Amino acid sequence: MLVSRKWLEQYVDLSNISTDDLAEKMTKSGLEVEEVTGPALDDENVVVGYVEQCEQHPNADKLNLCQVNVGEDELLQIVCGAPNVAQGQYVVVAKPGAVLPGGFRIKKAKLRGETSNGMICSLQELGYDEKYVPEQFKDGIYVFDEDVTVGEAACPLLNLDDEVIEIELTANRSDCLSLIGVAYDVAAMYDKDIHLPQPEVDISSGSSSDYISVKIDDEEANPYYGAWILKDLTIRQSPLWLQNRLISAGIRPINNVVDVTNYILMEYGQPLHAFDYDRFGSKEVVTRLANEGETIKTLDGEERTLSSHHLVITNGEEPHAIAGVMGGEESEVQEDTTTILLEAAYFSPGVVRQGSKDHGLRSEASARFEKGIDITRVKEAATRAAQLLSEVADGEVLGNLVEEGSTEKDPINVSFTQDEINARIGADISIDDMKQIIKRLRFNYELDGQTFTVESPARRQDIVIKEDMVEEIARLYGYDRIPYTLPVGVRDKGGLTKRQKLIREVNDYLQSAGLNESLTYSLTKAEWSTRFVSPEIQNQNLSPIGLSLPMTDLHSHLRLSAVPELLSSLQYNVARNQYDVALYEIGSVFLQHEPRKQPEENVRLTAAVTGHWENHPWQGIKVPADFFVVKGVLEGLFNHFLDGQVEFEKAELEDMHPGQTAVMKLNGETMGYVGQIHPIVQREFDLQETFVFDVDLDRVLDETDDGEDYRAITKYPTIAQDLAFVVDRELPAKQLEQAIYEQGQPHLESVKVFDVYQGEHMEEGKKSIAFNLIFQNDERTLKDEEIEETRQAIVQHLETEYQAVLRG
Amino acid sequence: MKERLKEIKQEALEQIEAAVDEKKLQDVKVYFLGKKGQITEVLKGMGKLSKEERPVIGQLANEVRDEITEALESKKSKLEQAALEKQLKAESVDVTLPGRPVQKGGPHLLRKVIRDIEDLFTTMGYEVAEGPEVETDFYNFESLNLPKNHPARDMQDSFFISEDLLMRTQTSPVQARTLRQHEGRGPVKIICPGKVYRRDTDDATHSHQFTQIEGLYVDEKIRMSDLKGTLNTFAKHMFGEERNIRLRPSFFPFTEPSAEMDISCKICQGEGCSVCKGSGWIEILGSGMVHPNVLEMAGFDSNKYSGFAFGMGPERIAMLKYGIEDIRHFYTNDVRFLKQFHGV
Ligand SMILES: [Zn+2]
Repeated sequence: MLVSRKWLEQYVDLSNISTDDLAEKMTKSGLEVEEVTGPALDDENVVVGYVEQCEQHPNADKLNLCQVNVGEDELLQIVCGAPNVAQGQYVVVAKPGAVLPGGFRIKKAKLRGETSNGMICSLQELGYDEKYVPEQFKDGIYVFDEDVTVGEAACPLLNLDDEVIEIELTANRSDCLSLIGVAYDVAAMYDKDIHLPQPEVDISSGSSSDYISVKIDDEEANPYYGAWILKDLTIRQSPLWLQNRLISAGIRPINNVVDVTNYILMEYGQPLHAFDYDRFGSKEVVTRLANEGETIKTLDGEERTLSSHHLVITNGEEPHAIAGVMGGEESEVQEDTTTILLEAAYFSPGVVRQGSKDHGLRSEASARFEKGIDITRVKEAATRAAQLLSEVADGEVLGNLVEEGSTEKDPINVSFTQDEINARIGADISIDDMKQIIKRLRFNYELDGQTFTVESPARRQDIVIKEDMVEEIARLYGYDRIPYTLPVGVRDKGGLTKRQKLIREVNDYLQSAGLNESLTYSLTKAEWSTRFVSPEIQNQNLSPIGLSLPMTDLHSHLRLSAVPELLSSLQYNVARNQYDVALYEIGSVFLQHEPRKQPEENVRLTAAVTGHWENHPWQGIKVPADFFVVKGVLEGLFNHFLDGQVEFEKAELEDMHPGQTAVMKLNGETMGYVGQIHPIVQREFDLQETFVFDVDLDRVLDETDDGEDYRAITKYPTIAQDLAFVVDRELPAKQLEQAIYEQGQPHLESVKVFDVYQGEHMEEGKKSIAFNLIFQNDERTLKDEEIEETRQAIVQHLETEYQAVLRG
Repeated sequence: MKERLKEIKQEALEQIEAAVDEKKLQDVKVYFLGKKGQITEVLKGMGKLSKEERPVIGQLANEVRDEITEALESKKSKLEQAALEKQLKAESVDVTLPGRPVQKGGPHLLRKVIRDIEDLFTTMGYEVAEGPEVETDFYNFESLNLPKNHPARDMQDSFFISEDLLMRTQTSPVQARTLRQHEGRGPVKIICPGKVYRRDTDDATHSHQFTQIEGLYVDEKIRMSDLKGTLNTFAKHMFGEERNIRLRPSFFPFTEPSAEMDISCKICQGEGCSVCKGSGWIEILGSGMVHPNVLEMAGFDSNKYSGFAFGMGPERIAMLKYGIEDIRHFYTNDVRFLKQFHGV
């Protein structure tokens, strides 16, 4: 909403209040000021001049030599190059000493041998916004079209000295979508009087009802409709003052009739519409919901198809306007219009919103209807419009408004006590101060003891409950004056849940392991939403959830895995020469088990690693990321949170390297996968060897043990032994390790692989695998025979069960 | 024999002096003092000496042996010293070469901001509450005093999945859910962080996915001044002790009264500059007193209970705090961006 200071001053005395002051006060009182602009120019050396004489410059074809009367003893000789300058014009003259926008200083000068004592100005040179410059003055000087006085200051005439305050209104303050509404609030802020227009109109002997009747078909959509006939109008340009007002409000002047309706729109917040009566085609207005499929050509030239959700203004047969949204082309006011049908109505917010939404027509008018206008002021606004039309278009107003429906509104009363207000605000406002604030707001009220009953004015639809009055009183008392306190009461212990603490631990672990936390989008491409999905989800045969109206194909579906988006992040990095990248994300994937039900949100831990895991070239340390690097990260996690009871099993998954992929199982159930992505997929994402994992973190957290058990450090020696076997190459190391561990009980404390060899000196299809065994007993020193016995049992078992051959 | 011993001593001392390493020195030792060494050879001839001469020569031999031994020891320690010096010199490094970096990742800046806020409020007695990102229309809108067809629904164009399901546009539904769980009994003190979604085209200042963190405090006799005090504590913690806050009236469907919180501009100290668009203040968050409809719908008696709520965007906070110019940086995961905030 653009608020002109000068326009506002019509209603509220702002002398001694600077615009900066006003802007700050407005912001602090709830009308947030976005920007203050202007004045464009306020220079007393810029005046009205009369061109007494205009001749061609003796030494220049394209220049004119003008003798201009600026109300001084002598005429000013001014050299002017504008093509439209002529004798007998009233023009804007910048006298020597004037400073035009952009710091352009006017001085006496000699142009081609002739003295020039100033400049005759174009609107652009005066700082006028280009988009408001009338067509005929676009390439030349401005010429006044009405009575002005020679020597008079020109800036106020063109409203160049005005300041415009742009306010960003919150949704509840539609009352301030009008200058009068803003005036009410500003008057309340400063405790000032308000001077409202008292519209009066000279009614001619004729009667509008001889020309028109009104019928409302749907009272809910259209509670009130008033029609007025104005005759013998002359359509022309509006007077300067009216144009100035509209421009200050950001509206381009069109012609006097349209300008008056727009003026009322901004002054009262009341949208009006003027139909060309002679083109309306009947003597009755019938407002009704449109028939399905009915069409209208709106005044933007578009043919529009209507439905029963739209309200139309008809002549009894044909629609002539979509109510509150846009008029029809057929009855548009044109240059030859002489009689108008002025519509002043209340259309319900819902029906206007539907119309403007369905037809993509958002206007200043529809916006006001959608938020709900002040129904009690419709007639006053109409009267004001009729008054102005008779003034600026020489119209004759025929009798009274022809009306249907009612402009009454049931009053809303809001009661509250002084204590209630103070208890909610946390302040100590006296009864007197509260009374003062309510008076400043111009709300009618009664006070009984300390109980106020306030009548919510029709213009303030936002005042309905007690809390609304808490805000009114608080904002005019001043949010600044509310003290700083903290809630009194029991200081309960807050804090994180066990699960939240665990997630933090997971994060800390991964970061200390060298991975960077990332955030990717939950909404992904349709194609990506089904890729890299972990088998335990894949097996459920779920469809990814799609948005009903995506903005872009890039983010149309909810992900079932974060891997594709993370790969895309790797690609982004590599494209920027960042080749060694390790990312992880903890976030939800969305599993829709039943259509139209809220999906399960499964929190997963996902990582993607490419390039070098460690890269310190001058020291010769270059460790490329590989399967075992990422597996190691996972093992560390599982050791910490699940006592390591997770099994890795070789698996073949789509988009993954068939030889370097494993699924993780906890108690036999899959909970994720890890591996290298398939070389073809690597190429798809412009990546070198890249490794990913995707783990059901919910499950990890659910199965995490409370606390950790302590086991005393043994004082008895441990005995280490190494065993190496030659076995089939396909035999998983984990299986052998498991067998050794079981056979080694009760003396074997741990077993670890320390070497794997499968190469030249090995028989085809075989590998050598070496284990380090630690024997230990917490209560005593183990005897050599016990260890030897155990060792033999292990070797025997492996020989028979796995055809393992013990190496030298 | 005396002469011979003197000669041996002379020779030995010379050879010791000339020895260049421990190996040579050992050879010298064996040659003179060994079982078949020069001194032993001399002593073998002792039998030929007279009774009187024997102790004299014996003593002389011992003296020579001692002197050689001493010279050997001294030379040995010199050689050791030299060897050590040589080794140290060889082991010398260029201390200006870079050290081996500790392999280390770090948190995402947004998560860090959220964690910081969580930590502040949990010490003030709040709990952290979470909720679904795919929400029902009821929790995302209706329970927050935004009935169907409410004009304020336009304020947040949403991604709908079906008529009743949508990507949550705010974390406030978590407040509504948590309130319900409390079955009309206060206090409720929660902080709700999470991802939210709006129909925006991604550009430097918009992101269709972003994060939010909201706070809610419902109890008997909660006042607007409590909101002000709480926000002041937060602002000073987050932005520095010297910053001031300002509340100004605003509108949110789920609070009444509502307030926008600004902090004083750090760049210009409130004088007005380009960062704060000349106002001296920077908008940080929205807040207000919980609307009675929200309380009632969640089963709280709004005559007995009142509360405050506030909500903010970690992206905005991070952008302001570090001068980040483009919101998309938070979601492209450029490691050059991510790593800048691992230390702070
Ligand atoms: Zn500033």
